[in-house]
Amino acid sequence: MDPIREAMLKRSRSAKLERRGRLISLFCIGLIVVIVAGIFYFVASKGLATFFSDGVNLWDFLTHSVWSPGVKDAHGSPQVGALPMIVGSFGVTFLSAIIATPFAVGAAVFMTEISPKVGRKILQPVIELLVGIPSVVYGFIGLSVVVPFIRSIFGGTGFGILAGTFVLFVMILPTVTSMAVDALRAVPSHYRSASLALGATRWQTTWRVVLRAATPGILTGIVFGMARAFGEALAVQMVIGNAALLPNNLVSPASTLTSVLTSGIGNTVMGSLENNALWSLALLLLLMSLFFNIMIRWIGKKGELK
Amino acid sequence: MSEKATVITSSDVHLFYGKFEALKGINLDFKEHEITALIGPSGCGKSTYLRCLNRMNDLIDDVTITGNIALRGDNIYAPTEDIVQLRKQVGMVFQQPNPFPFSIYENVVYGLRLAGVKDRTVLDEAVESSLKAAAIWDEVKDKLNESALSLSGGQQQRVCIARVLAVKPDVILLDEPTSALDPISSTQIENMLLELRDQYTIILVTHNMHQASRISDRTAFFLQGNLIEFDETKKIFLNPSQKETEDYITGRFG
Repeated sequence: MDPIREAMLKRSRSAKLERRGRLISLFCIGLIVVIVAGIFYFVASKGLATFFSDGVNLWDFLTHSVWSPGVKDAHGSPQVGALPMIVGSFGVTFLSAIIATPFAVGAAVFMTEISPKVGRKILQPVIELLVGIPSVVYGFIGLSVVVPFIRSIFGGTGFGILAGTFVLFVMILPTVTSMAVDALRAVPSHYRSASLALGATRWQTTWRVVLRAATPGILTGIVFGMARAFGEALAVQMVIGNAALLPNNLVSPASTLTSVLTSGIGNTVMGSLENNALWSLALLLLLMSLFFNIMIRWIGKKGELK
Repeated sequence: MSEKATVITSSDVHLFYGKFEALKGINLDFKEHEITALIGPSGCGKSTYLRCLNRMNDLIDDVTITGNIALRGDNIYAPTEDIVQLRKQVGMVFQQPNPFPFSIYENVVYGLRLAGVKDRTVLDEAVESSLKAAAIWDEVKDKLNESALSLSGGQQQRVCIARVLAVKPDVILLDEPTSALDPISSTQIENMLLELRDQYTIILVTHNMHQASRISDRTAFFLQGNLIEFDETKKIFLNPSQKETEDYITGRFG
């Protein structure tokens, strides 16, 4: 074979490098996909076993309120009603998001519109610091400050959804705030000048233009915060009381999906109904976080179209 | 030309960005129902000067303005001046079309809503008359509830002008309103400005000398923060009295 033909058929050095780089990145992304799929498969196979091999009705699982997997009811089917945990999880999530949102948006408006210099230099690092505090520290403060405080006002033990809400409120506040700040900063400054040039005050500009334009971003932040609150286990477990009962008020001991999981998973035998039932809760958690993720993407897309 | 009332007078206006002197003593008066064009090369201070007239420079840190600018006799830099009121009287259209991400309708009534107007018939009327005056009513009358961002650049700019007209200003400032637009959209806006001249005082910053010569009554030539020459547009373009003006409009620099 003549050398020219050979050179043309052989891969060049840069083509080889290109190929190698592609393979490495493909391997990395492939690994992530495999891990995620593996987790899903594992949790689903365990979690679904409750329904398929232990004969629990899915509807009963979601709507019944007695959680004692070791005990069978009059019909001989195990009592795995997850409603108390579902109510507890959604309760603390929505309540904390509702309380956190006005504070987060207010703080973000201060940091971007009212006092950007102080916002960037002082408040931004403070918020970032808050995001980084381990959840056990939040839980411990909740346990030693919030719970006694609630006890002294409402009586009872002080443990419950209200305490969980307070702790989660403080935990998700920095997350929602920093995302709201990003959303407000992303509003083009020409909206502000256009509004001011039409005779708007700074407050009118913020309220009518900047916040409106930033709404999709702020909503994304709120959903992020909710996802974090929904998945938080340790801090909530420390203050919620861990009683798998349907809560009838905010200050009686309750539980969430995560708190039952963390307190129970080490005390059950793999493959038993008790264990499988916990996996079902984990599957529910996983599906919910998937739902939150989809919602974030959906809101982001809606915002883009505008 | 018959004698018209003077709307804005400015005398010895200096403006500093920090220590840099961007305007070096501008004396310029604007007459009612005229289009005045401010021309000059980039960085000559014409846009900066324009932004003094509705105090948009207040938004920039570290700006110092001295001198006197009066709108119908009132010093607009007096401590008692109501800036919100001033900006309603002196509307502004920017270089980039910048409609809000709302519907066309909401864009036009924005200024009225700020003033607290809630009466639907008043708002509807204002939308129709402003969009008609901005020569865009026929194009958008069937989609007033669609987002203003779905319009083309030229249409967006006319909606922005309608938005300014809706608050019934006395003076309209335009900062290179057509430089981001194609020639056809530019012509539409130029024709519209000629229509609007009968009711408003228009001050136009432009990079485009042909635009200045086509539509303005008077032209002011800025160079390096100085006002070099201010006269009737015809005079400036046919027989300028300053050498720099002649060099600039014949294309020797700039």
